[in-house]
Amino acid sequence: MTTTEPTLPRKAGRRRVLGAGKQLHAGPVTYVVLTVFALVSLGPLVWTAIAASRTAGRLAQTPPPLWFGGNLFKNLQAAWDQAGLSTAMFNSVIVAGTITVSTVLFSTLAGFAFAKLRFRFSGLLLLLTIGTMMIPPQLAVVPLYLWMSDLGWSNQLQTVILPSLVTAFGTFFMRQYLVQALPTELIEAARVDGASSIRIVWHVVFPAARPAMAVLGLLTFVFAWNDFLWPIIALNQQNPTVQVALNSLGTGYVPDQAVIMAGALLGTLPLLIAFVLFGKQIVGGIMQGAIKG
Amino acid sequence: MTSPKQALAHPASSADAAPGTPPGAARDAHGRGTQPGADSWRSRLYRWDMKASPYAFVSPFFVLFGAFTLVPLLYTAWYSLHHVQLSALDDQTWAGLDNYRNLWSSEFFWNALENTFTIGVISTVPQLLAAIGLAHLLNYRLRGSTVWRVVMLTPYATSVAAATLVFTLLYSWDGGMVNWILHFLGVGPVNWRESDWGSQFAVSSIVIWRWTGYNALIYLAAMQAIPADLYESAAIDGASRWQQFRHVTIPQLRPTILFTVVVSTIGATQLFGEPLLFGGVSGSKGGSEHQYQTLGLYMYDQGWIIGNLGKASAIAWSMFLILLVIAAVNLLLTRRLRKSP
Repeated sequence: MTTTEPTLPRKAGRRRVLGAGKQLHAGPVTYVVLTVFALVSLGPLVWTAIAASRTAGRLAQTPPPLWFGGNLFKNLQAAWDQAGLSTAMFNSVIVAGTITVSTVLFSTLAGFAFAKLRFRFSGLLLLLTIGTMMIPPQLAVVPLYLWMSDLGWSNQLQTVILPSLVTAFGTFFMRQYLVQALPTELIEAARVDGASSIRIVWHVVFPAARPAMAVLGLLTFVFAWNDFLWPIIALNQQNPTVQVALNSLGTGYVPDQAVIMAGALLGTLPLLIAFVLFGKQIVGGIMQGAIKG
Repeated sequence: MTSPKQALAHPASSADAAPGTPPGAARDAHGRGTQPGADSWRSRLYRWDMKASPYAFVSPFFVLFGAFTLVPLLYTAWYSLHHVQLSALDDQTWAGLDNYRNLWSSEFFWNALENTFTIGVISTVPQLLAAIGLAHLLNYRLRGSTVWRVVMLTPYATSVAAATLVFTLLYSWDGGMVNWILHFLGVGPVNWRESDWGSQFAVSSIVIWRWTGYNALIYLAAMQAIPADLYESAAIDGASRWQQFRHVTIPQLRPTILFTVVVSTIGATQLFGEPLLFGGVSGSKGGSEHQYQTLGLYMYDQGWIIGNLGKASAIAWSMFLILLVIAAVNLLLTRRLRKSP
């Protein structure tokens, strides 16, 4: 379509035909509006860095600072110490890492079974999986809290990890991917060769699922790193995740706003780095999950 | 995969066996009498593997999900019918519907329900409208299209805690960026923390900021799946760009719009982190006058600040029932929309 564009007469009717759908080139107005959206998206993050480089006194004045000051490293250091971010970062890496590995592994196994294997009640079980995506996490927290207290696990990381080891979304996501991405003939050929199911999973399913596993892993890590409700109930300030630490920083009685902004910056930094490195994959994953879901 | 080694290990098996035939059985047919005991053992193992492995693959998900989501769900219902105090966890006595009666006669419950509804509407509606517009722009052929998409999604990477801390400062009464900009526009300063609608708008804006890009990507995916000839025939019929958007894009997006409405509704019903942190020190109250105390916040406040876990369970189940009603209404609407031409 684009190749014929220059030769077409510039009649209104014709141009509208060309204006159909995705072939349309963006005009300057589009770029202007997108730039405004981009500024709104990135503005608060950039301003967090600006605020983190100032003093609390300066932040209380009008007009608010629009450029960087010289206090960034002092504030980062203060936030790191006051919020106990070294423990919190370590805890968050353990929690989000474990949850990610487990979710990706078990989602791939269950997704493969739902996509390619025949077994009794598979349709019903898949329906159940999809249905449970609607259950809000609030519905589980009271019993979980009581059980973990009974086990003496209050304030320990396994309390946060255990309830998030699998997700219905992950299972459904992998199922949708593998239905199309994994040729059934490949599995049958492996069976004919005498491969056991475990071998097939290892040598056929995992290689075929790798792109989707990577995307699900990134999405799960973002989710687990940012999870708020259950960690804040299950953990205290002595053994926090990053989000719990940020909460205690924000609800301190003598708040130093510049230090709080430095904490917010530090808490978001690992994910921002992940976004710079893998943003394209994360975007692709969300779009893929959407189109098939 | 099928390595050469494996093929060598079973030279007879792959030759003329139909797909799905057990390798042991195939060997039986051709190499009878060589190793009958081993072969039948192999074929039995094979059949067992075929039967059991699907269940083995799905069981980790169902065991973990059942243990930590489905079973707790039922226990929450059980606890909602008991007196359970945070200070005496083992001292649980039957309460019947006391917790629910207590809840439904509390003005704070209805206040929280109203706030959840209001904040839900003023965060979901602008968010989804902006997302459709944004998706439409991203659907044009753009320079650096991936960069635009990643930039729009960046707020999604920011945690509730970090985003709310930043917005709280942006909305502060003195020296806050928002009031400073309003001052330039000739509008007096707004008390974003104390005023009724101001604080609800402020909390909603955090939700809108974090989720618009995410929803835009979902709409974009759906837009790219719309067949181009639909637009072409609309254009031939003389439809303007706006008419194409209204009469082709929007109807084609209808299932996706319903999906995002449902997901956003669920999210709005659970709203918790944003109002908690926006409130600062007394966050669980949702402001001095409970202006932005949502149901999620109310549950946390009753359960873990006041220490009445039985009542917190009743709140959780009330939230669930409300969600089920919303889902049912959604389903009915979808059916209606599908039936009408």
